[in-house]
Amino acid sequence: MTKVTMTVNGKSVSGEVKGNTLLTDFLRTDLRLTGTHVGCDTSQCGACVVHVNGEAVKACTMFAAEADGTEVTTIEGMANADGSLNVIQQAFQEYHGLQCGFCTPGMVMSAAALLKENPKPSEAEVRDYLEGNICRCTGYHNIVRAILAASGQDVPAVAAE
Amino acid sequence: MYSFDIQRPTSVADAVAALGTDEALPLGGGQTLIPTLKQRLSAPSVLVSLSGIAEIKGVCTGDDGALCIGGGTTHATVAREATGYPALAELAGNIGDPAVRNRGTIGGSLANNDPSACYPAAALASGATIVTNTREIAADDYFQGMFETALNEGEIITEVRFPVPEKGAYMKFEQPASRFALVGVFVAKYADGVRVAVTGASEEGVFRWTEAEKALSSNFAPEAVDGLSVSGDGMISDLHGSGAYRAHLVGVMTKRAVAAAH
Repeated sequence: MTKVTMTVNGKSVSGEVKGNTLLTDFLRTDLRLTGTHVGCDTSQCGACVVHVNGEAVKACTMFAAEADGTEVTTIEGMANADGSLNVIQQAFQEYHGLQCGFCTPGMVMSAAALLKENPKPSEAEVRDYLEGNICRCTGYHNIVRAILAASGQDVPAVAAE
Repeated sequence: MYSFDIQRPTSVADAVAALGTDEALPLGGGQTLIPTLKQRLSAPSVLVSLSGIAEIKGVCTGDDGALCIGGGTTHATVAREATGYPALAELAGNIGDPAVRNRGTIGGSLANNDPSACYPAAALASGATIVTNTREIAADDYFQGMFETALNEGEIITEVRFPVPEKGAYMKFEQPASRFALVGVFVAKYADGVRVAVTGASEEGVFRWTEAEKALSSNFAPEAVDGLSVSGDGMISDLHGSGAYRAHLVGVMTKRAVAAAH
């Protein structure tokens, strides 16, 4: 067992982990932060995306021991200080960017990472950035619209397909 | 996954020492190795994480003008910082997806030598030098077949040096599910000739298409490749494409890369 200490959503936490403990397991089982979802566990689906030192990573494909000393942000750390939904979460609600909601934590975390590096992305850039996030409900249109809305841009009508 | 211990050395020397034990494996960004461990296809007793070693991270320009990339540098960093070699930066920015690019490293990719990975094509087409903790290996000597390299056990890629071409481009025909290269071709035009490297196609892993190199060295234009073809024998054949289809794509992607070279 290895002792790890990290800052998760602004709070210092520590725990004992095995070598093969994934960051998803540490977050969900040890810290009971179950908002980070495990969809595929093969780094395809992106439901487990969290930020480690500000960068989006798939928490199912990183060991907890490697997060020692880092700052981790999960979906539980995304709301505003007063508990209200942040601008991205609010946009997902307003634009119906989710149906079952399983992929949503990863979508929101990826969207936040995108808007940090590219505050006014084009629709094509949003779609490209979401390459590693799979949603089986929405067909992506409303997720893309929500992210464009969160960036403060005009939201295109959904193309008839 | 089987059980293993994990170590996080902060220097190359400490990592090499840790890798001296039996059944120890180096861990780069883990974007291939961790899925492999989950499938129980690998059973190390110790994983030596290289992610805490600052001395093997970063992008710089060497005295000879070559672009030097630390072995532990992530794809995202290469995409952002390798501005002196645009074709290489573009290649790095199109590997996997953003979250994978934030973890996966150039050293990990080259050490793994997946037959469909992008970086081997760049290294071979650029005549790069793979620098390890013990020696320097020319790309022409480094790639030795599917998942096979010149690396010895416990040897760590500390740096990769890319001579910057006058023009270059990488064109990837993506396998639609994995987004790995079904066929990827990297073309690099240097003062002393053109180099063409192909990934994704051959059962022997990345290779140079010397016929096309010769034709392009005398006329660097897409039509120079007209009439040239590679054989479908020895090409990967699977449900995504037959060997003959991949062989055809080699010509198509080479032309596209020449047309896009900048």
